[in-house]
Amino acid sequence: MNQTEPTAPILKVSGLRTYFFTGEGVTKAVDGVDFEVHRGEVLGIVGESGCGKSVTALSILRLVANPPGRIVDGAVHFQGRDLLQLSDREMRAVRGKKISMVFQDPLASLNPVLRVGYQLAEVFRYHLGLDRVKSLAESVKMLRATEIPSPAERVRNYPHEMSGGMRQRAMIAMALACQPALMIADEPTTALDVTVQAQVLKLMKEICRARDTAMILITHDMGVIANMCKRVAVMYAGRVVEYADVFTLFKQPAHPYTEGLLKSLPRLGAKANRLESIEGQPPMLNNLPPGCAYGPRCRYVQDRCRQEAPPLTEVKPGHEVRCYFPLSAVSG
Amino acid sequence: MSDLENLLKVDNLKKHFQIDRHRTLKAVDEVSFTIRKGEVLGLVGESGCGKTTVGRLLLHLLAPTAGQVYFDGTDLYALSSDEMRRIRRRMQIIFQDPYSSLNPRMTIGSILTFPMKVQGLHAGRELQRAVYLLDRVGLDKSAINRYPHEFSGGQLQRVGIARTLTVEPDFIVADEPVSALDVSIQSQVLNLFKELQEEFHLTCLFISHDLSVVEFISDRIAVLYMGKIAEIAPADVLFQSCRHPYTESLFSAILQPDPELEQSKPPFTLTGEITSPINPPAGCRFYSRCPKRMDVCRDNAPPMIEVGADHGVACWLYDPAQGG
Repeated sequence: MNQTEPTAPILKVSGLRTYFFTGEGVTKAVDGVDFEVHRGEVLGIVGESGCGKSVTALSILRLVANPPGRIVDGAVHFQGRDLLQLSDREMRAVRGKKISMVFQDPLASLNPVLRVGYQLAEVFRYHLGLDRVKSLAESVKMLRATEIPSPAERVRNYPHEMSGGMRQRAMIAMALACQPALMIADEPTTALDVTVQAQVLKLMKEICRARDTAMILITHDMGVIANMCKRVAVMYAGRVVEYADVFTLFKQPAHPYTEGLLKSLPRLGAKANRLESIEGQPPMLNNLPPGCAYGPRCRYVQDRCRQEAPPLTEVKPGHEVRCYFPLSAVSG
Repeated sequence: MSDLENLLKVDNLKKHFQIDRHRTLKAVDEVSFTIRKGEVLGLVGESGCGKTTVGRLLLHLLAPTAGQVYFDGTDLYALSSDEMRRIRRRMQIIFQDPYSSLNPRMTIGSILTFPMKVQGLHAGRELQRAVYLLDRVGLDKSAINRYPHEFSGGQLQRVGIARTLTVEPDFIVADEPVSALDVSIQSQVLNLFKELQEEFHLTCLFISHDLSVVEFISDRIAVLYMGKIAEIAPADVLFQSCRHPYTESLFSAILQPDPELEQSKPPFTLTGEITSPINPPAGCRFYSRCPKRMDVCRDNAPPMIEVGADHGVACWLYDPAQGG
């Protein structure tokens, strides 16, 4: 699994920091995030609520509300340009065309008073300059590609006339309409039932593979990560704490947080009497402890961890961890 | 099995909502099961399948359309509201969202002592009992004077659990108690729940959409699909040899935290989505999606068929007359 990547990354995020400046102080929602996405590959970003995974996605597309939020540092290199340096106009040509996004709640991201077909066709009109008839024909094609039954009728539906699974399929159709190089999906199946989730994930995987679209998949669900991703970034308190290929991450997690997270999941068919759990709770992002943010909850914590924050360091080629005492070194 | 062992017996329970003259939403339809003393029955199903409605019917928080619930031998729906209030001391509920189920204007202390005052329990010693329970659920006693907004979701769910225990119930309905919590907090609360269930000999209906959570906590599991029980079996039996095509699909849809397993398993095959429970079809509710459907299933609702000890499946595949 340690083969070297043959291609240059299409997206390279380095040193990204997005802070929110509020009356209660500075909330460091994203505080040092680095990762790469390669062509056609699925990168997973996993973490619990408030760890900064969604703000990372919004920062890449420069959709963070300012004020109170601001990207204070870092670079997002995409196809040879730093997205953070583009003008608003240039950025609008990237969003939806070269990098698109699928949100968690399709009902909140679709306009309730416009037909789904109209909203989908807008992508073709805006980015590709197609006329009304052609753009609608393309929309029907996209809905068909996402396996929505009778797409020619469905384009006339309003969002409330579709089921949750169908709405998410329509969102995916919209996201992939311009054949983007990258799709960012933020908890795309969290609002769906398990059997529908399985269908939608399967569709996302197949359609991205067929169109050679890379994906950043943001989720809190380790099962979704295991099913979909090639590489994974684990986030905790605004930082990437571990970055590895999916097989290594699940088999030999090097960060104590990743280990704790994996052990605390109830597993099917392994009837356990007790679950292992991580003591305590995640820190407040406007009041981080000195040193390692995970230190107060870490079962292996040592003095050094309480004093200075560890950097992200490579333990093996392609496996990085933000810990002074990575587990592979501890357990051998 | 004698009725003595059963704390709760649900018989042919129905809850239909009349939407207008032509449309009836059959949220719960002909549901029967028992829960033994000290047992945890898991109730799983997808959204809109009627799980929560079942939970509310059991506590008579909703009036049924038809059917009976016997609690410790007493027919709940025959009780007067006064008698019902008295028996509710023994039946409690934990809700999914701790933020909306705890009064934001009450201190944790009053939240915990209020039920005891209503039921006239531990008179004069309410606060001591509250402090004891706080400690038991892993919270500091200083919480007594604080308000819900000062706590995190996981801590509030601990308060919610403590509140149900104030009145020393025998039976608890836990309606998705951990689904609003983060993974690392979820496991803490699940462990706590299990400890307390054993310590206080609680009988419990544990409602969840998450099969792995239900497996961890339950002795037996009932799978609900569109208001009807599709399959009911001891937890280990269900996980080793489930029989209903819907249960099979549900299991194959679960994503396990194991990339080697996930990335090598065959693609998911079930198509379609849960259909509307408004004016449901006469036959099997799973007919339109079922990969193993037969002619008989379209117009005839399958009966519950015993396929093993304690293992019932509502599917014509297992009917001897159908060659099953």
